[in-house]
Amino acid sequence: MRGRFREFWGSNRKREAIEAYILILPMIVGLIVFTAGPVLASLYFSFTRWNLLSRPKWQGFDNYIELSHDPLFWITIKNTAFYVLGTVPTGTVLALLLAIALNQKIRMLAVFRTIYFLPVVSSVVAISVLWLWLYQADFGLVNQFLRFLGFRGVRWLSSTTWAMPAIIIMSIWHGLGYNIVIFIAGLQGIPQDYYEAATVDGATAWHKFFNITIPLLSPVTFFVITLSIINSFQVFAQAYVMTQGGPVNATKTIVYYLYQQGFMHFHMGYASALAYVLFIIIVALTLFQFWFQQRWVHYEI
Amino acid sequence: MSAGEANPIRDAQTTAIAGAVTATQPGLMTYRILHIGGRVLLYALLIIVGMTMLLPLLWMISTSLKHPGEIFILPPKWLPNPPQWGNYVQLFDVLPFGLFVFNSIKIAVLATVGALLSCSMAAFAFARMRFPGRNFIFAVALSTLMIPFHVTLIPLFALYRDLGWLGTHLPLTVPFFFGAAFGIFLMRQFYLTIPQELVEAARIDGCNFIQIYYRIFLPLSKPALATLGIFTFLGSWNNLMGPLIFLTKVESMTVTLGLTLLTGQTGGRWELIQAGAVISILPIIVMFFLGQEHFIQGIARTGLKG
Repeated sequence: MRGRFREFWGSNRKREAIEAYILILPMIVGLIVFTAGPVLASLYFSFTRWNLLSRPKWQGFDNYIELSHDPLFWITIKNTAFYVLGTVPTGTVLALLLAIALNQKIRMLAVFRTIYFLPVVSSVVAISVLWLWLYQADFGLVNQFLRFLGFRGVRWLSSTTWAMPAIIIMSIWHGLGYNIVIFIAGLQGIPQDYYEAATVDGATAWHKFFNITIPLLSPVTFFVITLSIINSFQVFAQAYVMTQGGPVNATKTIVYYLYQQGFMHFHMGYASALAYVLFIIIVALTLFQFWFQQRWVHYEI
Repeated sequence: MSAGEANPIRDAQTTAIAGAVTATQPGLMTYRILHIGGRVLLYALLIIVGMTMLLPLLWMISTSLKHPGEIFILPPKWLPNPPQWGNYVQLFDVLPFGLFVFNSIKIAVLATVGALLSCSMAAFAFARMRFPGRNFIFAVALSTLMIPFHVTLIPLFALYRDLGWLGTHLPLTVPFFFGAAFGIFLMRQFYLTIPQELVEAARIDGCNFIQIYYRIFLPLSKPALATLGIFTFLGSWNNLMGPLIFLTKVESMTVTLGLTLLTGQTGGRWELIQAGAVISILPIIVMFFLGQEHFIQGIARTGLKG
């Protein structure tokens, strides 16, 4: 029986290939229908005027030209860049320091790690709703704490100056545990012999940190930074829940503007152009980082 | 809570003292002091950060159990007296939160089952089978990791509208049955570590590859499946943009989306809003405590392989 099947299918190699294509078939369909197709369609829509009801009308580069003259677009770019620069470097450095602290043969490591990780599993929406209350100007805990320390406190979310920093602080708080876990794993992957050898040579803790930990951890640091940048460029939920992009557009991000143009005003062509600009920024930054990593990332392990 | 604060400090002192005692070499007084000081500072830092992480979440729970009269008082009151469990009952009158939780669970479970099946199948083929175009297809799949979800949003919205899927849970579940780069990558990394002898032995016994996949590799990959399952469930549960765009009716909403309606619907009743937040994260926190190791190891593993 089995022999006859084998004859029917021909050689083992051919049969193996057919079975493999069966196993990857769902993924191929998904790749075409849910990813590649929409990515191309989106590019096409970005060259059209389209309100979802009529047919898309081709108009060349008009959307992109309009974007370049749209002050709100530049504001969202500036706000998003501010958010990325506010969250990524601080978040990475804090996570690295805490991971090093947690890696010092700490008692109750699991307890600390669990507590640090609790915000990570909570949704951005739940966290935003919580911090909306924490940032409340008169009775919110943040201002009460600041007053306890002798400061006056600020009207966090209704101030054009402080609304974005408020969202940045909250987002760092939310994501810290995730990066800490990655850094701890990275630190534990550094062979202990390096440190022992350095101790024998009389190196100080400071030297060991800069000459062993930092270089050998650089692939992990690279991963953390790359992922954080990709994610933070797509920031949306915080602004949607806490400020609706306000006050006076102070927290309007690229994705928030995309949502507004596409799904509130139904300017689908314009929103597609926005999506493509975001796409190009992310791809360009990712490629830049892969190029730039050659200068600072060490793959020696 | 005060006990939770005191313990680590006591531990810190014990460790520090023990450390000092073991440093028996004479004349190392400065070293001992530095060592004790370092340990105390270290624990102080970890505890302060721990409090920063924990207190807001405790405040969320505390607020959710307060009488409206206890909300706007100075100084803040940490323990509601008596706890107003009725807030949670009232919450269910404002919005159908029970239904939202049910919808969220349904969507997340279906998405998870879909992702586990489709990703493990494709991952097995990429890890253990030879076929023309394998490396090319895998590279294309991996490159989709860079594509922001928002680029596909508008065409997908149009597609689901034409299919009549808007307002149903199909847009949030069906795509998961068709694989995703992250899951395939994660499972493939795991399958690469399973000894090739198992495959060869099964081949000699007359198994075809599809049988090897579901009889040998699938059962062996429980840790990786758990990791991928947790990530998919979490991503689905916490997703805002998808439900916001695709779920047009209140009855079909998820708990995360429902929570965004609460600020408007309650007219600023903070105790109800925070009760909603507690309900929305409670199932995830419980799941986190049950599967913590898979969470942590999964993140560590994907992080290091990236």
